[in-house]
Amino acid sequence: MTILETDSEKLLAALRNVLAAKGIASPAEIAERIAITDSASPGQGARMVAKAWTDPAYRARMLEDGAKAAEELGIPMRGMPPLGVLEDTAEQHHLVVCTLCSCYPRAVLGYPPFWYKSAGYRARAVRDPRGLLAEAWGTVLPDGVRLRVVDSTADYRWMVLPLRPAGTEGWDEARLASIVREGDMIGVTIPRV
Amino acid sequence: MDKDTPRAHHDLGGAAKFMCEAVDTAPHALTDFDKEVDAIRGILDTKRLMTVDELRRGIESIPEADYHRLSYYRRWVRSITGVLLEKGVVTEAELRAALEAG
Amino acid sequence: MMFDPGSSVRVKDDWPETRGPVHIRTPHYVRGMQGTVVRRLGAFHNPEDLAFARPAALRTLYHVRFAQPSIWQEGRAGDEVQVEIFEHWLEPA
Repeated sequence: MTILETDSEKLLAALRNVLAAKGIASPAEIAERIAITDSASPGQGARMVAKAWTDPAYRARMLEDGAKAAEELGIPMRGMPPLGVLEDTAEQHHLVVCTLCSCYPRAVLGYPPFWYKSAGYRARAVRDPRGLLAEAWGTVLPDGVRLRVVDSTADYRWMVLPLRPAGTEGWDEARLASIVREGDMIGVTIPRV
Repeated sequence: MDKDTPRAHHDLGGAAKFMCEAVDTAPHALTDFDKEVDAIRGILDTKRLMTVDELRRGIESIPEADYHRLSYYRRWVRSITGVLLEKGVVTEAELRAALEAG
Repeated sequence: MMFDPGSSVRVKDDWPETRGPVHIRTPHYVRGMQGTVVRRLGAFHNPEDLAFARPAALRTLYHVRFAQPSIWQEGRAGDEVQVEIFEHWLEPA
């Protein structure tokens, strides 16, 4: 058995020890990195969406440069990949996938969900997105809405700016953000009240 | 339509084998193992010891059966270890010693 | 090669995977396919070389749009797939 085939837990422990001994990654550094990563969550992206729904100038900035728009709201983006924002309209729905691995807009949505990384999602999203959305999420697009699947294959990370649902007239940003789910910003679900 | 192409086994878009696989949409919390692997990769990147491109290439080089058998972060551990060994950032002797001391 | 938004391009029908260890970010399903350039996304170091810690030239990255039914011979008219593709994988169509 090659060393790479060692049980993963044992291999991680060995790697951890060797990296610590060499001053490459100490337990404190690892803990700090975990804490930083944990602080990113779909709530960040939801705040951006809510602001874009209420502030057309912010929407325009978000579509122009997603990372800058995120930073405006205090979301740390230094060293992060460029963030592209896909604007849904009454005629156009977007769906994000990474068929080659699991590229995900982590800086604004947090860790990618289990399903996003699955072979089933990666295979089906580009080829049968409507079937996948209906079966796995019960999502059926209204008549006349076209679907564009965006496969994250290179340096950009993509999030969807979904449509604001009816019945939210007069809501403030915080209330709007509270109804925006992780799946809405990938395109597997549509925001609703 | 199934294209009869020499696609690499990680290149899954439209792959017939996985089109009918049910997608588990339930939330799965990350384990301590997952988070630690994720953090180590990030640190290696920040310290310019290993890029995300090398991580991906390492994952893609995992033989097909193992690629699909291993969970997501177990693939990462295998890739990270392989690349660091390849680049001499760690040695096999060091890892074996750590495994034995384990 | 530089492509303007709106121009028709074809993805090279090339399979470097068959010639040795590589790291390719052009998915199999668009190789040989014709699409439309949506926009230039910027210049980035070639991941095919970064993956092997080789010196990596800056290459222009494009967002290219394909009609769903043209790729799979199934799917709804008007549906699309959009993919980030590096300049060296594209030819004028």
